[in-house]
Amino acid sequence: MATAEVAHHDHHDHHPTGLMRWVTTTNHKDIGTLYLIFAFIMFLLGGAMALVIRAELFQPGLQVVDPHFFNQMTTVHALVMVFGAIMPGMVGFANWQIPLMIGAPDMALPRLNNWSFWILPFAATLLMSSFLTGGGGPAAGWTLYAPLTIQGGMGVDLTIFAVHMLGVSSVLGAINIIVTVFNMRAPGMHFMKMPLFVWTWLITAFLLIAVMPVFAGAVTMLLTDRHFGTAFFDPAGGGDPVLFQHIFWFFGHPEVYIMILPAFGIISAIIPTFSRKPLFGYTSMVLAVAGIAFLSFIVWAHHMFTVGMPLVGEIYFMYATMLIAVPTGVKIFNWVATMWRGSMTFETPMLFGVGVVFLFTIGGLSGLMLGITPADFQYHDTYFVVAHFHYVLFSGSAMAMMGGTYYWLPKWTGHMYDEKLGKWHFWLTSIFFNIAFFPQHFLGLAGMPRRIPDYALQFTEFNVISSIGAFGLGITQLLFGYIVYKCIKGGEKATSEVWDNPEGLEWTLPSPPPYHTFETPPVVK
Amino acid sequence: MSSTPGSYYLPNPSHWPIVGSIGLFSLLLGLALAINEVNAGPWVMTFGGVVTVYMLAGWFGTVARESEGGLYNDHVGMSFRMSMLWFIFSEVMFFAGFFGALFYVRVLSVPWLAETDLLWPGYAGGWPTAGPAGAVPILPDTPVQEGQFSTIGPWGIPFWNTVILLSSSVTVTIAHHALKADHRAKLIIWLAITVALGVIFLFFQAAEYIHAYKDLGLTLGTGVYGATFFMLTGFHGAHVTIGAIILAVILFRVIAGHFSPDNHFAFEAGAWYWHFVDTVWVGLFIFVYVL
Repeated sequence: MATAEVAHHDHHDHHPTGLMRWVTTTNHKDIGTLYLIFAFIMFLLGGAMALVIRAELFQPGLQVVDPHFFNQMTTVHALVMVFGAIMPGMVGFANWQIPLMIGAPDMALPRLNNWSFWILPFAATLLMSSFLTGGGGPAAGWTLYAPLTIQGGMGVDLTIFAVHMLGVSSVLGAINIIVTVFNMRAPGMHFMKMPLFVWTWLITAFLLIAVMPVFAGAVTMLLTDRHFGTAFFDPAGGGDPVLFQHIFWFFGHPEVYIMILPAFGIISAIIPTFSRKPLFGYTSMVLAVAGIAFLSFIVWAHHMFTVGMPLVGEIYFMYATMLIAVPTGVKIFNWVATMWRGSMTFETPMLFGVGVVFLFTIGGLSGLMLGITPADFQYHDTYFVVAHFHYVLFSGSAMAMMGGTYYWLPKWTGHMYDEKLGKWHFWLTSIFFNIAFFPQHFLGLAGMPRRIPDYALQFTEFNVISSIGAFGLGITQLLFGYIVYKCIKGGEKATSEVWDNPEGLEWTLPSPPPYHTFETPPVVK
Repeated sequence: MSSTPGSYYLPNPSHWPIVGSIGLFSLLLGLALAINEVNAGPWVMTFGGVVTVYMLAGWFGTVARESEGGLYNDHVGMSFRMSMLWFIFSEVMFFAGFFGALFYVRVLSVPWLAETDLLWPGYAGGWPTAGPAGAVPILPDTPVQEGQFSTIGPWGIPFWNTVILLSSSVTVTIAHHALKADHRAKLIIWLAITVALGVIFLFFQAAEYIHAYKDLGLTLGTGVYGATFFMLTGFHGAHVTIGAIILAVILFRVIAGHFSPDNHFAFEAGAWYWHFVDTVWVGLFIFVYVL
């Protein structure tokens, strides 16, 4: 019946133009661009919320916003950065790069790929609309702990449903990535020949499929506790609020690796290129990523040391957490060994690469401190924790994405970015970042609690410094937007290779690559 | 995107995803409004539901036409198969979250709550429980008085439902073998029997829920026992419903002459989903009803 019709359709391609091109596109490059633009907008939005927080904390006392709104800012800043900026940003890189790196004509399921993206703006709208409701946005922290989230208004329900939509997007996107890697590799592109970025995303996608549904279940329990009379988190009915924390962190700990593993992949692409040496210890890198992913499932309760677990639980989760340092250390060691005696140059991507290795390691080491149970009793819920996760998430994930952007932007646009401005962007970012977040280690060790809009006078100086750094960091990112915009609009023509003899199939294509690439698969030797 | 014979099929730009986003968004926004007693809620929700169903019908219809039109080669088929298996894995993890909650409560937190006399002195714990402030459990399948609840024993309806679902796994496999042998009549009969078994299961499940609410004092609000019981069996029932709809659609496609012995991914996907639903039920039967 429909045979003739379909065959007919196939011959004259009708491609919408203008806005509808982007809404209906099934092209991995278009969708990658959409993801990256969305992530950058969310990055600025979440950053603006962070600046509200830092403005309030610039001096002791309550002056800029009321405490309830402050709580909404800490909560939504985190949700936007995690689910709106970092995760979609990484998926944007995956969309652009994975098909190019493995020699595939596109993602395995192009229409589904479109949907994974186009759920996101709607989910973000749902989340943001919570600010318009009577009780305001969610204010319980991004971890959405019961019983605080049982008490909030309609904003919490909108947040729960936004999380459901984000979960659908992530799971569908992750399925697409796994299937693409398993089924779309060019002949000869064996698993152990894949670029590390592809490996990290393969494992990240597995983590996403394994834990996003668990998170969806957790917020569903919140929803039914709020509106349908269940007692999952209410001891009067035999439930337990700590149950929420366990389920949340069973999702939440793999989630932090979901955000960092693709960043490791980007760094593993940048450092060999600018060291002019192959990546040191490729096999051990792959095994380390797999090891980190495995460990991520069995360490979740180190986020809950002070909640009152049996001693045996505290000790188990402490030792299991310490184990993570081993595969992570392998990665750091391998990156440094790749640079060792390399013929290094320091273009902007490499500056970000080296910056991430250095700064992420600081975050990793403060993570080790937090993983020691008795020490955590002191650090828990202080600014030390805030400093720690910004060193891994900002100077890990976010800065890796910036480096990755500079690294592949000439390939994507066909133009070189402005190297001088790029270097300015790197130095301003890393200096302001350290001004903003390094003092928070001291604040936390001295006992300043997180998520509180006021503080004791003794914390004033470090908070002033931190706020200055945060505003500098925020404004610097506008420069990033300008550099990318300028590069899209024009600039020196980029060659196919862009860099000095980089490794990977993407560099065999012209810059910019044609709309469809590898329709006939390349043969990898 | 033209697809030369033998190459991987890349679809043209499609409006179905954006339709799906609008549907999903309206559905969830409407639900949020409805549970907060905003008048527009049910209307927004209905609109969202209709749009979502329209998207599902249109999108799957497109895929079915493309498949019958011979646009998919084995390579595309492999992508579909892999993605279905990973999708089922995500569903397994969704249920794992609820099973995890059940185990945590039964094995750890209820005994802890009973052990400490600080919060609820005199609470004895045990399972089933509706918590220290909830109704008191009595023997299974026993009519209750005020302030009591009873649970559903495993060897009545749940046992027969287990038999029904496990048989349906067998019947769908017989249908699959019939499809591979190109015995259309046999295929239609066994697939129809499978769908019918699914519907019978759901009918019994509904009867069980009515019995629980009316006679046993067991509701969604019966403490953590009621919460885990109804959420686990309820989500399972929802998945049986989805699975039965999938198999019913497949049945209509079979009657319309779709599928061939070596090209019937949709049938396989539906059958895998059905086996998954059965497996979850076995877990439910053991951990929710028997133990």
